[in-house]
Amino acid sequence: MVEFGGFDMPLQYSTIREEHIAVRTRCGLFDLSHMGEVRFSGRSALDAVQRLVTNDVGRLEVGGALYGVMCNEAGGIVDDVVVYRDPGGYMVVINAACRAKDTAWMRGHGGDASFEDLSDALALLAVQGPRAVGVVAGLCADDVTDVRPFHFKDTQVAGVHAAVSRTGYTGEDGFELYVDAPDAPGLWDALLEAGAAEGMIPCGLGARDTLRLEAGLRLYGQDMDDNTDPYSCALGWTVKLQKGEFIGRPALERLDPTHPPRRFVGIELQGRAIARHGQRVLAGGEPAGEVTSGTYSFTLDHSIATASLGGDVPADAELSVDIRGTVAAATVVPLPFYRRPKGA
Amino acid sequence: MADLSNYRFTPSHEWVRVEGSKATVGISDHAQAQLGDVIFLELPAVGTELKAGAKFGAIESVKAASDLYAPVGGTVTEVNAALTDHPEFVNSDPYGEGWMLRLDSAGDAGGDLLDEAGYTKLVGA
Repeated sequence: MVEFGGFDMPLQYSTIREEHIAVRTRCGLFDLSHMGEVRFSGRSALDAVQRLVTNDVGRLEVGGALYGVMCNEAGGIVDDVVVYRDPGGYMVVINAACRAKDTAWMRGHGGDASFEDLSDALALLAVQGPRAVGVVAGLCADDVTDVRPFHFKDTQVAGVHAAVSRTGYTGEDGFELYVDAPDAPGLWDALLEAGAAEGMIPCGLGARDTLRLEAGLRLYGQDMDDNTDPYSCALGWTVKLQKGEFIGRPALERLDPTHPPRRFVGIELQGRAIARHGQRVLAGGEPAGEVTSGTYSFTLDHSIATASLGGDVPADAELSVDIRGTVAAATVVPLPFYRRPKGA
Repeated sequence: MADLSNYRFTPSHEWVRVEGSKATVGISDHAQAQLGDVIFLELPAVGTELKAGAKFGAIESVKAASDLYAPVGGTVTEVNAALTDHPEFVNSDPYGEGWMLRLDSAGDAGGDLLDEAGYTKLVGA
């Protein structure tokens, strides 16, 4: 068990490799109750969320979800979030480690909207993998197979009220289930029982990290922080300058989206040694940046990493990573490293 | 459970099995369990001279990278080449197929090291 954002979380239930492969080939069950959830409601709820988040929440329909970031006035990322629209307002899912910072920030900039921190009241379980939809659908009171990606439906799962969201952090199809905290242990058991026949196993934080990195998804605190602008970690697609005013917009307008201060890239390494957060990236032998995240890809069978390079480092530079004194050659590759097969 | 009566352990979780002047080196079952899936080993070349307690390489799992230390001094006579393609042998059979080095230990019997009972007590297993 490891301490994470005030929760004791298993890094692994069996082994990271076994759990990783289960999610890629069958399905896995995650307890993500450490994630924070806040809710804006009232007449100014949309204004509040539009001011806080760089993506255009105005185009979100009831039942929809949207990924985005919150920026500070300097354009640095306060946190990355998922925004859900329900009939009465907007729920924003935040990172556990950012909860105190985010809630203070959102209360301070939320204007007249009513604001609640639901993090302790809600639990979050995720079922991810090619067989995940079938496992969850078999326990639902309503059809959930028609829920589109980045949409959700309120229904009963194993007799428990849940918001069933077609989202995840693994690169696979599946659902995330938001439930009242007291209902989570019973739902966990019901899901494990229903999933056993499909080869579902419980998965910890270790596999969550190897899966999200293969899928090219960012981890706040590692790939970005309060000093990283969205363009510098390849999240420019979440910035909608044309939507109107929002916090950080003037600073972001001054940046050139095609030539940001830092360049965020995916790299493949020769050999099996793992590049880790903070290790130096070299271009032609000269310091060029740092590794933000790295792991061994169990799907691709080689080492992968993401790196933040200086904005001036040429796109065709010969890169390498200083892994504890040994220099490993690296090749820039498009993100994500892994994309699930079509139709799977 | 493997018979470990011939094995001696370091507080840094390596083991050594000495037979005459030959010593075989690996890491303990406790160490492999803590590391989780072993991905990569950095091991010395045959002919490398090691002093007892010297760093001889590194082991990496998804969780962490750790240095490896020689339980006894000697000259490396053999490196387990199978671990290049199958580092997971360290997880599946740490006292057998997962061995890392053979040393000509020149009679250094590793007398100061821990026996199985002493090591088990150290790791609180």
